[in-house]
Amino acid sequence: MTRPAARGGSRASADRLARLLNLVPYLLARPGIELAEAAGDLGVTERQLREDLELLWVCGLPGYGPGDLIDMAFDGDRVTITYDAGIDRPLRLTPDEALALVVALRMLAETPGVTSREAVERALAKIEHAAGDLVAAPVEVRLPADTRQVEQLRAAVESGRALRITYYTAARDETTDRVVDPLRMLMVGGRAYVEAWCRRVEAVRLFRADRIDAVTELAERAVVPPQARPHDLSEGVFRPSPDLPLITLRIGRGERWLTEYYPCERVEAGDGDDWLVSLRVTDLGWARRFVLGLGPGVTVVAPAELAEQVGAAAVAALDAYSAPVPAVARAADAPRTAAPADPALSVGTQ
Amino acid sequence: MSLRAPTVATTGSSTRVGGPPGERRAGGRDAQHVLPAWVHGRGGWAASVYRVSRTRTERLVNLVICLLSTRRFLTAAQIAATVPGYEHDPDDARDHEAFQRKFERDKAELRELGVPLETGTASVFDAEPGYRIAHREYALPDIPLEPDEAAAVGIAARLWQHAGLAAAASSGLAKLRAAGVDVDPQATLGLEPMVTVDPAFAPLTAAARDRREVRFDYRVPDRDDPTRRRLQPWGVVCWRGRWYVVGHDLDREATRCFRLSRVVGAVRATGEPGGYEPPAGVDLISHVARWSGPTERTGRATVLVAAGRAAGLRRWAVDVTAGPDGDRLVLPYADADVLAGQLVGYGPDVRVLDPPEVRDAVIQRLKEIAARHEDLTVAGGVR
Repeated sequence: MTRPAARGGSRASADRLARLLNLVPYLLARPGIELAEAAGDLGVTERQLREDLELLWVCGLPGYGPGDLIDMAFDGDRVTITYDAGIDRPLRLTPDEALALVVALRMLAETPGVTSREAVERALAKIEHAAGDLVAAPVEVRLPADTRQVEQLRAAVESGRALRITYYTAARDETTDRVVDPLRMLMVGGRAYVEAWCRRVEAVRLFRADRIDAVTELAERAVVPPQARPHDLSEGVFRPSPDLPLITLRIGRGERWLTEYYPCERVEAGDGDDWLVSLRVTDLGWARRFVLGLGPGVTVVAPAELAEQVGAAAVAALDAYSAPVPAVARAADAPRTAAPADPALSVGTQ
Repeated sequence: MSLRAPTVATTGSSTRVGGPPGERRAGGRDAQHVLPAWVHGRGGWAASVYRVSRTRTERLVNLVICLLSTRRFLTAAQIAATVPGYEHDPDDARDHEAFQRKFERDKAELRELGVPLETGTASVFDAEPGYRIAHREYALPDIPLEPDEAAAVGIAARLWQHAGLAAAASSGLAKLRAAGVDVDPQATLGLEPMVTVDPAFAPLTAAARDRREVRFDYRVPDRDDPTRRRLQPWGVVCWRGRWYVVGHDLDREATRCFRLSRVVGAVRATGEPGGYEPPAGVDLISHVARWSGPTERTGRATVLVAAGRAAGLRRWAVDVTAGPDGDRLVLPYADADVLAGQLVGYGPDVRVLDPPEVRDAVIQRLKEIAARHEDLTVAGGVR
């Protein structure tokens, strides 16, 4: 964070220096550790570790004579530090390190359904204590969620069994039963998800916990096919793919908030206060419900198909209320657009 | 003799000297000091140290060890005369200048790494500044973590999705490991949060920690242009998955919350460290939660829903009665207008029967939507 990333080669040298200063106390705490194990632990190759040891081996106290240099004993592939030259402890945490650990621990402690919350809290207290003033740090976390439901789901996921879930799919406005093989449970942006292999669609899906209406543990074990891969969530849960339909809306000042809640591909100033906003949607049927629900400050610009659907749905709904409104009376006389079976309304739900 | 004290590894009853088969004897001069084959270049210390300690990292490790070992402040000249890698001719102006630049860079690198480099003079008669590192300032204090606590820290360290903080978390974890803490990489807690932050997170937490006034541009979506804000930040809050900064707004002269995602461009720390004192016992969360507290859904609306439609509404209906013309759903609500928006989404599949405030709100919305899309509807051939 505070270390400028743009310094190129010097960054690698700083990383190596940090690693070397850790290496002596690390080995000191683990006499006779196997090199392979240490390398794995430290996240370096065994070859790199050997190079690091070689370098340390020529470092030491001024004088740099026998008894001054860092010394180590080898027994096969095991190593023991026999002289540490005074670097017997790792360097203390930097403010950024303390902050990163403490904030993540606070997140964990606040996450509903975490199994050993008490251990998280004890760890947090100890790290905060060790970091001292660094984390009088002014970061607080609150992640409200339906704790009971999340805990129930977590237990079901941990049972290792296949689950039958009743799931509401907002994109199609339908509730379906499906059998899933859970991979993991996670929390993104304050929402809990179950990531699972869905046998219905034969793919890995993220199921929002608050849309799982019922869950039953089946007798059979969960079996995740080898080709199943967890989602990469580094860019958020919904990553619009370019092959999804793009819709463009004209929105008034009062609806600009939606640019903060939905990933917009393009936002341009329109006439007056209007903005033209383009976003990818999974389904035009969802887009129709979405636009209707947003209210009167929003007009569909494209595609024409969506604009027609929105207008037709509004007219049909008004027709059902038999509202004597001249502006829409003409449309109300139109052929039966009101029936739920209206083909325009079922577009995108297939 | 040139070699160091012998290094002998002892395992159980049998004493094995040195490493794996194929190892060679260092310099072939000391039968007991046997090194693994992969250690090379340290035949005699005088020859080897100066030959291989030319790398920057090596010089820095030696500098740290040297400064940790001294209680007296060492001047740059003393350090140059001691630590391998700083050899130069102090009488040669160019050579000396090169040394000074090198030494400045090295000090900067150590400080960046968090090494507490102390500056002072060895005695009142010394004008030249000297350097040392106090071990108690340098060393990580003992953190006796139980295995389950260590597992929690290990999990926490991998939650960051933000590259800079992920790096900070893992280098922090590496220090805990170096202090002897064993972290089980397989441990899970059943449910793990992904921790993401906005770019303004780092500068704002640093400013709040140091109590430094900041300045930033802030864009509220319903305004056209960002506005410059001046704030004494008290702290940063994650509320419902979003990040906010809470503090004293110097222009509004009041407590304000700002959403980090709305900060445009860089956050500049403009004040001196320790420039203000946040109110004692301030509850940061309460300042953010005030704006988005939960609302009680005490209202009840009855809607008629076409059979098999509007699955989304059926999920939260408190009562469903089937009838010949569709299903009657009773829906709890807090705000008639918010509910109207949700109902309008379902178009002709949902018709409000009661109460009139919801029914009227829905009809009003439908009229406006129909009017805005009228031309398109006509063009689309509905007529």
